[in-house]
Amino acid sequence: MLEIKNLHAKIGDNEILRGLNLELKAGEVEVLMGPNGSGKSTLANVLAGHEAYDVTGQVLFEGEDLLAMSPEDRAAVGVFLAFQHPVEIPGVGNLYFMRTALNSLRRQRGLDEIDAMDFLEIAKEKMALVEMDQSFMSRSVNEGFSGGEKKRNEILQMAILEPRLAILDETDSGLDIDALRIVASGVNALRSPDRAMLIITHHQRLLDYVVPDRVHVMAEGRIVRSGDKELARALEEHGYVGLDEASPEAQVATAARP
Amino acid sequence: MTAGPDRVARTDVALVGGLALLEPEPRTDDPTWLASARQSASEWVGAHGFPTRKDEDWRYTRLEPVLEVPFERASPERSHERARIAIDGLGTGLGGARLSFVNGRFAPELSEIGALPEGVRVTNLAAILAEGDERLEAIFSRTFGPFHHAFAALNTALTDDGAFVSLPANAVLDAPIELVFFSETDGPPLVSNPRTVVLAGPGSQATVVETHIGLPGEVYCTNAVTEFVLEPGARVAHYKVQDESESAFHFALLDVRQDRASSFSSHAVALGSQVARHEVRICLAAEGADVSINGLYLPRGNQHHDNPVRIEHAAPGGTSRQLYKGVVDGHGHGVFNGHIIVRPDAAGTDARQTNKNLLLSDDAEIDTRPRLEILTDDVKCAHGAAVGRLDGDALFYLRSRGVPEGEARGILTYAFAREMVDRIPIDSLRTRVERLVADRLAMPSELAR
Repeated sequence: MLEIKNLHAKIGDNEILRGLNLELKAGEVEVLMGPNGSGKSTLANVLAGHEAYDVTGQVLFEGEDLLAMSPEDRAAVGVFLAFQHPVEIPGVGNLYFMRTALNSLRRQRGLDEIDAMDFLEIAKEKMALVEMDQSFMSRSVNEGFSGGEKKRNEILQMAILEPRLAILDETDSGLDIDALRIVASGVNALRSPDRAMLIITHHQRLLDYVVPDRVHVMAEGRIVRSGDKELARALEEHGYVGLDEASPEAQVATAARP
Repeated sequence: MTAGPDRVARTDVALVGGLALLEPEPRTDDPTWLASARQSASEWVGAHGFPTRKDEDWRYTRLEPVLEVPFERASPERSHERARIAIDGLGTGLGGARLSFVNGRFAPELSEIGALPEGVRVTNLAAILAEGDERLEAIFSRTFGPFHHAFAALNTALTDDGAFVSLPANAVLDAPIELVFFSETDGPPLVSNPRTVVLAGPGSQATVVETHIGLPGEVYCTNAVTEFVLEPGARVAHYKVQDESESAFHFALLDVRQDRASSFSSHAVALGSQVARHEVRICLAAEGADVSINGLYLPRGNQHHDNPVRIEHAAPGGTSRQLYKGVVDGHGHGVFNGHIIVRPDAAGTDARQTNKNLLLSDDAEIDTRPRLEILTDDVKCAHGAAVGRLDGDALFYLRSRGVPEGEARGILTYAFAREMVDRIPIDSLRTRVERLVADRLAMPSELAR
């Protein structure tokens, strides 16, 4: 579904992604870990089409050149980013925002728009998934939401927009245990054979609820190790530095992987 | 404007030319005091001329474009057919009296006053003057009194009509009084000088909605003066929608004098005119009065919207709030010039002033100038001004969800402006304004919360 080849991204002279390669298959849930500053969020933003970066390399989504597309076109082909810091938009109602987003996607896909009444039904069903009550829908987008409410609102958007590729940028950060459980169950509910997810996280604890197909470790703008869920456990135990010292041969193996 | 051979000469005499060449006509029905007020106003204009950019309150507004136009006064004889269509286009009324004016003259067949509580007068100004009531001179001595600039003086000299509202003590008018000022020209550019006077007795309550409309592309000038006198404990709300032709000129003075514990609020939305100046002057003349002034201006193209506000705290314990927002597109120019004066005996004053602006293009221009003049220690005053562009993070957020860029910009722009629309508590009026503002900002008409 997603093929990233030799991806570079920089802001000014600051090179953040330095030849990143990664492949995601439909139906897979993959986890991306790595120390602060390793470029995880940059990768998420670059995939969503943030215009702040100078980008070179290749990203193919279902064989199409993702880097040539505008952010809205990427959304239309099915790319979704759950933001690390969801943006507050005073004056734009949450329900209106989500319906506008869904109808924009439907329009770009040649589908009929959904009217307000039908949308409300869809939204109610999806809100139950993330245990949000309706009062959130009459408020402005993310305005005055707690950290956990903002993250749940991201998962709600994912549930409503039903993307093919969902990138979750530290959606679990700053959540208490209940919010983490809610977010994780939302993620699990949306696992599907034709959807891929890339979950960026700092914490092993999310993986107590979401079992990934693969785990990747990023450092200095590249994937430096990949493995199964046990890799995440090893990271928790040894840290990123300890991991490298513990098994230097794994790095060589990672480098050889496309 | 054609640059004819007389243009240079006309510019030379600009300060006393153009509009100033219009003289009050002798009117048989004017009482003597009014005739002499008109005469002295006319002489005042001749002696002082029009303001220039050297005048502090006019430094951001060029008057040459309006002074170059050879305006004429509208003749009273004309068909009201186009007016009827335009006024019908406003949609359903607001549930109360509607007084319509065509080029500054009352149009009874387009008006509906209906039943009023006992003692309440809602009529056109000319009718009151024609009655020749002896008390009128006292009532109007203030409103036809001193002039602080040529436009206000010209209004006194030339006004044909306007609205007159008077509320006795404790009278409560639930439904808004709607005043519609329609302008049109079918030849030379015309000027109208509507004069509205609202006298709110002690403890009375009323709402006045002022709408200025015209026909697209027509050049005319509205020079309006609207005055409110609030006696102790009166509560009055004022709304104004300036939706003139974008080729027109609009000069307006909203002048309010508030007695003890009275409460006044105003909400103004400016959409039309090539040059518009909506000036607000408030005097909190006695203890414990409060005032809230709200403005939204949306200049685009080459439009110029000037918003001078002057709030004078002349007595203790007064509260004033100002919130003005501007959205400026194209080569548009928005001006906020807010002046708060706290007099020495106005202890316990609480004054706040905020101006926020959104620039939508590189050529858009904003001048914002908050001024505080505080002559006593015991005050709470806060003011702030901001000029910005659309939030790039919010734009990316919307686009990342599939909303096309143009639509995302419209949504964010409307979100900035809607705070002002949402402040209008009258549902029917808010819906009307919502539609106008959404249309202007190319926002989808559906505005779910």
